[in-house]
Amino acid sequence: MGTVPSALKHCLSYQHLLKEQLWIAEPPAAAHPAQEPQASGLPEYIKIVEVGPRDGLQNERVIVPTDIKIELINQLSKTGLPAIEVTSFVSSKWVPQMADHEEVMRGIERHPGVQYPVLTPNLQGFHSAIAAGATEVSVFGAASESFSKMNINCSIEESIERFEEVIKSARNVNIPVRGYVSCALGCPYEGNVVPEKVAEVSKRLYSMGCYEISLGDTIGVGTPGSMRKMLEAVMKEIPLSALAVHCHDTYGQALANILTAIQMGVAVVDSSVAGLGGCPYAKGATGNVATEDVIYMLNGLGINTGVNLRAVMEAGNFICTALDKKTNSKVAQASFSTGTIN
Amino acid sequence: MPRCDTGPAPRDGAWGQVSSAAAATGAYPKRVKVVEVGPRDGLQNEKNVVPTPVKINLINMLSETGLQVIEATSFVSPKWVPQMADHTEVMQGINKLPGISYPVLTPNLKGFQAAVAAGAKEVSIFGAASERFTQKNINCSIEESLERFEEVMKAAREANIPVRGYVSCVLGCPYEGKISPAKVAEVSKKMYSMGCYEISLGDTIGVGTPGSMREMLAVVMKEVPVGALAVHCHDTYGQALANILVALQMGVSVVDASVAGLGGCPYAQGASGNVATEDLVYMLNGLGIHTGVDLQKLVDTGTFICNALNRKTNSKVSQASCRL
Repeated sequence: MGTVPSALKHCLSYQHLLKEQLWIAEPPAAAHPAQEPQASGLPEYIKIVEVGPRDGLQNERVIVPTDIKIELINQLSKTGLPAIEVTSFVSSKWVPQMADHEEVMRGIERHPGVQYPVLTPNLQGFHSAIAAGATEVSVFGAASESFSKMNINCSIEESIERFEEVIKSARNVNIPVRGYVSCALGCPYEGNVVPEKVAEVSKRLYSMGCYEISLGDTIGVGTPGSMRKMLEAVMKEIPLSALAVHCHDTYGQALANILTAIQMGVAVVDSSVAGLGGCPYAKGATGNVATEDVIYMLNGLGINTGVNLRAVMEAGNFICTALDKKTNSKVAQASFSTGTIN
Repeated sequence: MPRCDTGPAPRDGAWGQVSSAAAATGAYPKRVKVVEVGPRDGLQNEKNVVPTPVKINLINMLSETGLQVIEATSFVSPKWVPQMADHTEVMQGINKLPGISYPVLTPNLKGFQAAVAAGAKEVSIFGAASERFTQKNINCSIEESLERFEEVMKAAREANIPVRGYVSCVLGCPYEGKISPAKVAEVSKKMYSMGCYEISLGDTIGVGTPGSMREMLAVVMKEVPVGALAVHCHDTYGQALANILVALQMGVSVVDASVAGLGGCPYAQGASGNVATEDLVYMLNGLGIHTGVDLQKLVDTGTFICNALNRKTNSKVSQASCRL
């Protein structure tokens, strides 16, 4: 559209407009009537769960030094994000990136009002997490037997028994537990995953005591069609308020899938700053959806998140510089290239 | 770390076929016409000038994918758009398959006449919802640009050539910032009443979100029937598919896209531009919406043009299926 060279030459005022935060501004307190969430049936507030430091970094090839991890989390703590997944108390043999879990847990600033959940795949990990000061933990189930076997070397049933120990111990010390269900929209080994299976596993985790179930499109194959079908099945078993979606952007579908979920009333969304974390099942492909891009969309919908987009972009810029990689966030790419952020 | 030897499984419903299991709930159109703008809008915004045989091959490959509309080139002065200097050769060189339309841009009467002489059977004209954008882009006001187009419309009517109208900056302008939906509706209505059979609403700088898309469409739909509307979303802020989803929910059933997401954004250096056709078709397949497009052939075409341009694809679907 139009002529490329002259358009760029003449666009001096664009940078000025962006500096006035025209596109990345926080939504006004009273959103435009046509965009009011209630009018469109959308939640008024959405909790963003930032998984960059754990899910993101875990899927990055370069091992990140502990002080960089801590600095990243500290920067994220200042953005308004209500929950930041810090690390994983898993054996360093399996996940070398998370070998410094104790140091990270002990080293970060803990901001009031911000949750810092950690992954605890078993009782041993749980105990270490508590000893290191964790006040919330997460367990990971899957809706696919093959994935469960390949990932943690046991059946779904066995994994749930393992988690039961964790959840029981957590209950004893008043620690909330979040449950993840992987492969909610497809499995790299089994292909299609039946929505009823997702509902079944979710229900198990929820009845065992998980306060929230995060439904993960682990390989990003889901579309608004399959997201809707899966959520319809799960919502029969679990209250909406206890559901979250964890979408991967491997096929570019994440924001459309998230939009579908929030149109159905889901009000918790996982994302990763700068879209950190590739896909272990598709070399070179992307993984997590970028927090910046999610917030940009939610701002545009007039939905409150409490998160400062600019601050997240700066944290994203920090970690990408440290990792010597380009951001996976399109909002960040567009904003940096126009000089909004230096 | 678990490994899957075969990579992401292209199984039922996730790849290439319309999944009956994911059939639309009735909230979406049953069919969507995908308008492929890669050879024109895409290449026009690529830095490297593409040799004519490559352009022709690209369009020929696209013609085999099931796409019904492929925007072939632009009959504009090569002084302004060097990439489209070979418009006549391209138009005359491509295989024109029956049932496929090959519209071309014609910014003025001269371009229109050259286009028809070269064999064009459909043309497009470009308006904008922003005065400053029009001034910067084509050095006149919106009103003056429409007068210019009136000449084209007249000539097209006489030659029985359908005309598609584009409206740029519908969700934001790089110079004016926010654009009022009423202005978009006004320009769209004018172009529609002038005789354009379809109005493609373009989020030129990709700043739109499902919120602004909904708001804009609600106003435009009061002036132009939804059956005559199309959306042309840029993915510069990653919002394209979400914006398209909302448009579909509101009844729009024509969507523009560019193979491999060709075409950057001239207003944000290094940022992406057009939404990738592959990613769009993947989503439509998953919604059970019929497009007639063979996704694998589309991916292969994208691979071809990216190799020719020596660049990486902007399509995530294509990236995910790359086993290299």
